[in-house]
Amino acid sequence: MREDYLEIRSLRVVFDGFVAVDDVDLTVLQGDLRFLIGPNGAGKTTLVDAITGLTPATGSARFDGVEMIGKKVHQIARAGIGRTFQTASVFEELTVLQNLDIAAGALRKPLSLLRARRSVPESVEAAMETTGLTRLRDRLAGELAHGQKQWLEIGMLLVQNAKVLLLDEPVAGMSGEERELTGQLLQTVGRDHVVVVVEHDMEFLRAYADSVTVLAAGKVLAHGTYAEVQADPKVQEVYLGPSSDHVPEDAVQATGGGG
Amino acid sequence: MTTSSLATTSRAEQGRSGRRRERLTVLAGYTFALVALFGVAPLVLSDFRLRLLAQFLCLAMVAVGIGLAWGRGGMLTLGQGVFFGLGAYIMAIHLQLSDAGPGGRPSFMVTGSGLPWWWELFRNPIAAVLGIVLVPSLAALVLGLAVFRRRVKGAYFAILSQAVAAAFALLLVSQQGTIGGSNGLSNFRQFFGFALNDPVNRRMLFFIAAGTLVAMVAIVHQLMRSRYGELLTAVRDGEERVRFLGYDPALVKVVAYVIAAAFAGIAGALFVPIVGIISPRNVGVVPSIGFIIGVAVGGRATLFGPVLGSLAVSYAGSTLSASFESIWVYLQGFLFIVVVAFLPGGIASVWGLLRRRTAGGTDSGPGDPPPPPVVDPGSDGAPMLADARPDPVKVGEER
Repeated sequence: MREDYLEIRSLRVVFDGFVAVDDVDLTVLQGDLRFLIGPNGAGKTTLVDAITGLTPATGSARFDGVEMIGKKVHQIARAGIGRTFQTASVFEELTVLQNLDIAAGALRKPLSLLRARRSVPESVEAAMETTGLTRLRDRLAGELAHGQKQWLEIGMLLVQNAKVLLLDEPVAGMSGEERELTGQLLQTVGRDHVVVVVEHDMEFLRAYADSVTVLAAGKVLAHGTYAEVQADPKVQEVYLGPSSDHVPEDAVQATGGGG
Repeated sequence: MTTSSLATTSRAEQGRSGRRRERLTVLAGYTFALVALFGVAPLVLSDFRLRLLAQFLCLAMVAVGIGLAWGRGGMLTLGQGVFFGLGAYIMAIHLQLSDAGPGGRPSFMVTGSGLPWWWELFRNPIAAVLGIVLVPSLAALVLGLAVFRRRVKGAYFAILSQAVAAAFALLLVSQQGTIGGSNGLSNFRQFFGFALNDPVNRRMLFFIAAGTLVAMVAIVHQLMRSRYGELLTAVRDGEERVRFLGYDPALVKVVAYVIAAAFAGIAGALFVPIVGIISPRNVGVVPSIGFIIGVAVGGRATLFGPVLGSLAVSYAGSTLSASFESIWVYLQGFLFIVVVAFLPGGIASVWGLLRRRTAGGTDSGPGDPPPPPVVDPGSDGAPMLADARPDPVKVGEER
């Protein structure tokens, strides 16, 4: 099977002279569940916004040989980059099935949209199975629990045929059990997708991250496994201030979990 | 359905029975409409009343389009008078030309240097019919793409559409020499070769209007059932999210907007031979808001609500304005405010509220507290007709 990867080179985002993302280079391979962490204002969400066309940027973000910078939001989505938002944004007045069916349909021919749905597309069935929402298919999305809405969003990315999933704090506000299920879902999905998770929760990070990239003040500060990153003095510095020379593991968790 | 478990079975059944009830409601609605319009009305109504009803049916056609654009698509269009006027004036020009005969000129043009070139475009009956559908559609396409591409929505779109209606009415008033200015166009003698003073032909016009209205409702019905209808609702509720799924929401919205405009254009075209006059008074800001009121009262997101609301408001208007002319305008405004503030789903939602209340009364024993406001199972699965739950946030945005 071909290995897919997201390749970001010299990406820069400037707002009115303020450099939010500064010359970021990043390569994420398929099967490598990547977590993106950093203090508040480090540019994590801005980086995701830039890749998905929400914020103008310079530099390069390529996937499958296609340059994303400069394209429109819906074109980037069609090129295989999908994202979620910090607040779940499903269509609350539509059912789970309708939500997924819409996500699956961006490439349908316009005239075929004028007919009612006759059968459930295979990809939608598969996504409901993967996200455990099969039994809730006729439930309105607005009635789902918080965690289920996030899973529906991930399911929508799957049927949308996104190859790159950029998830912005998917477990924020979830219960312990929901976190665990989400972590397992991400590991399953990560096997055949390029997955980047922006996250503050260090416990979650340690349990599920294959690799971690640390951003600070718009720059890549460190990169490696959880243990490598945690042992990096530069990382300890941005999280705890310059004076500390020894950082116990718990301290990183305490500061990181706040944001 | 193989994976559906015991826990959700009853819910699924509820959904199915809700859908069956919904189908029956729709079937009953169509049957009632056909019997009333093609059976009862022509038998019991005098020629004068029938003509009034035909006029109301034309206004209801505009309401059907608004129900699609606003109720389903979230576009509060306060300028449907523009498209109504385009269709109406094209029809009026054609009727004037055919009355005048080959090479003739309409009677109101006593002076001047001959016909304007664009009058000639609509001398041919086929060209006139095409123009009635295509000119409003094209206008909506250009305006819609320009506006939706720039992500203008909510109150800004409403204000913009109203400003267009105001400008359009002013433009018409200024054209005294070519389209009769503020007097408009009137005194039509025949409609595609049929004399308009013949009662049989007038009856035929009523049937044409009734059939057109039913066809428009059927078109909107199919659109609401279709994948496009689901997508339109999704755009209404989360335009940004739809964009991230790979759609261009501007295109989704513009389709509904163009259909609404075409409906308004056809409505205007039928209004002309039925009423016998079209003037800037029928197409400006006030009539444009009048179209909206009926839709809001009837229930903008439902299938029949816009039609019934529009007919009710038209009837109330014609009855009341005969006796208290000035009061009706205030009453109309008051009605609009009350509905928008307290009953965003329109009268159609009262039915659901009442049913929920009475259903609670029979389910629970006497003296029990009222049941919690659960979501109506009828709207589960296919929120096509029952989708009229109050939604104060959304209305707040659009006001």
